[in-house]
Amino acid sequence: MRISQGQIWLNFPVVNAVRARSSFLLRLAESLTITGAALLASVMVFSIFVAIMKVNPLQALYAMYLGAFGTSFSWQVTLVKASPLLLTGLCTALPMRTGLIVIGGEGAFVLGGLFAAEAAHMVMGAPTIIVWLVMAAAGCLVGGIWIMIPAALRVYRGVNETISTLLMNYIAIAIFNQLVEGLFHDPNSLNNPSTYSIGDNNMIGDIGNSQVHWGLIVGIGICILAWILVHHTTLGFSADLAGGNPKAARLSGIRINRVILWFAFLGGACAGLAGMIQVAAVQERANDGLNVGYGYAGILVAFMARQDPLAIIPVAVLLGGVHAGKILLATQLGLPNSAALVFQGLLFLFILGAETLYGRFSIFQPRVRT
Amino acid sequence: MSQSLGYWGVPLAVLGGILRLSPPFLFVSLGECLTEKSGRINLGQEGTLVMGAMSAYGISYLSGSPWLGVLAAGAVGFILGSIHGWFCSRPRVNDIALGIAMMFLGEGLAFYLGRGLIQPQATQLASVNLGWWSHQPEIVAALKINILLPVGLALAIIMWWAFRYTRWGMVVRLAGESTDASRAMGYSINTIRFLATAVGGFIAAIGGAFLSLYYPGSWNDNISSGQGLMAVALVIFARWNPINCIYAAVIFGGAKAIGPALQAAGYSSYTYLMNAAPYVLTMVIMIITCSRTRAWVGAPAELGASLR
Repeated sequence: MRISQGQIWLNFPVVNAVRARSSFLLRLAESLTITGAALLASVMVFSIFVAIMKVNPLQALYAMYLGAFGTSFSWQVTLVKASPLLLTGLCTALPMRTGLIVIGGEGAFVLGGLFAAEAAHMVMGAPTIIVWLVMAAAGCLVGGIWIMIPAALRVYRGVNETISTLLMNYIAIAIFNQLVEGLFHDPNSLNNPSTYSIGDNNMIGDIGNSQVHWGLIVGIGICILAWILVHHTTLGFSADLAGGNPKAARLSGIRINRVILWFAFLGGACAGLAGMIQVAAVQERANDGLNVGYGYAGILVAFMARQDPLAIIPVAVLLGGVHAGKILLATQLGLPNSAALVFQGLLFLFILGAETLYGRFSIFQPRVRT
Repeated sequence: MSQSLGYWGVPLAVLGGILRLSPPFLFVSLGECLTEKSGRINLGQEGTLVMGAMSAYGISYLSGSPWLGVLAAGAVGFILGSIHGWFCSRPRVNDIALGIAMMFLGEGLAFYLGRGLIQPQATQLASVNLGWWSHQPEIVAALKINILLPVGLALAIIMWWAFRYTRWGMVVRLAGESTDASRAMGYSINTIRFLATAVGGFIAAIGGAFLSLYYPGSWNDNISSGQGLMAVALVIFARWNPINCIYAAVIFGGAKAIGPALQAAGYSSYTYLMNAAPYVLTMVIMIITCSRTRAWVGAPAELGASLR
């Protein structure tokens, strides 16, 4: 192939950098436009659905907006709901960088929360900071191992990780219920079987005068750390290579199995940590209240953010808003929680379907000089 | 004559459980089998099953005819399958992830539209009593079967025959085995897979109708408990053979029946873990049958690409 002058010119580092930046902006514009269009489409279909149900769609959307972002109180509810989603989103996003579609965040989340609560019970009486560290370690370890198992099965046995993580969610919930009502059961919690309380003084507090707990900041911090890991470390680069072209990765000497296992562990650890924070900041003990779908919503977050850890932050807030908005939807318009589930399903459907639009619009493609 | 059955009650209860619990597994795995034979995977069968259960119950309640309900369930399943099929026929859309979206959507719609159906009692499907020869009430109760069970068995045999001996069956299999060969023969891959997903949804939704119109025979939000999710695992277990789907359904139905049967016999610890038995069984089967080096025996070749 003939090398044109333009191509040689493009090899100058400065030009490369400029091009890289403009193509970054273009890619950002492209994903914002397409995600926005998918969002709009799902809002429209949801409006039609609501209208058929004889509820004014504008009223419904306004109620949802009001419940999510309308007042400072609703912002606080939204942020509390978004806090676990930051981390359960990473549980899908990180392994996906290595090409694994992990949907086991729910299992890692509940087990992480459960074992964190039990760990706190074991070191009861220790200084708060020690209790937190032990809880976090237990949550991360359990969650990480829980997701590393299907990754290892995938790597060494070729077991499809999507199906196995899905099945493991059900197994995790069975283990959770069994332990909450058996080994870890607090005999005083008769009506609502729970583990022992982690203790009032060991609860993670709220930020300032708000009702938003510090777990939100931890989640955002970990998203930023994950972004650095993914985009600015050798391990992150190896992961992208392993996910994009395993053969090339192997040829360039990357031990892709190890990278895949690491990313699965880190993803699971994030979900386990989310469970721990939910216990330590909201629930005070592990019980059925943990098992409300934060893990599943995390899958949606990861797909909407297109596996970018920084993009997870706004997406998690948006989805937290959907979860916060449904409260007002129920109290004002009498729409049940399942209406929000419909909206979430539509949103998911259109976001995934919109994947096909990437690369279709020439205005978003970087111009190649000739 | 009517003394207690003692320990014989457990296997009898399991048998009765299999007859009651297997048909939904059978229908949902047959539907998934058809879809997967065409080279696509539909993880949204859980949503299809729940939607099918809700619409069958609703239509049966409104019209008084349970068979109309079954038909309505099939139609709804067909629509859900079409949505999945259409989205997945676009390039770069991940069928596994989209299946999860369809699961959420189906469940959300069913829970929403089915709110008013928890109270009323819909007309149920009739059942055939195979235990007429016995005076033991337990035996009579265990051997009641629903008409949909023989329908499902017949469907499995027909599907096996059709895949083997009919042109349509061959075309579906070809789409699953080789995209290139199908194109060369002049068949549209997208059309074949679209139809296979839609008809697969139809079949799977009938399993939902069985749930709400026979056993447990009511509508509530927890009616399916993940049976649609297990469809994928069942088909793997059945090695993409409709006849084997029958055995898979029996085993999974049995695994589901054994917990309550033991509980009825007075053995009640580890209930939750017992209920997780089907999932563990599926995991074990997947671990045994998968291998890193060779392709799955019997798996459609094009499916392998999306499954690994």
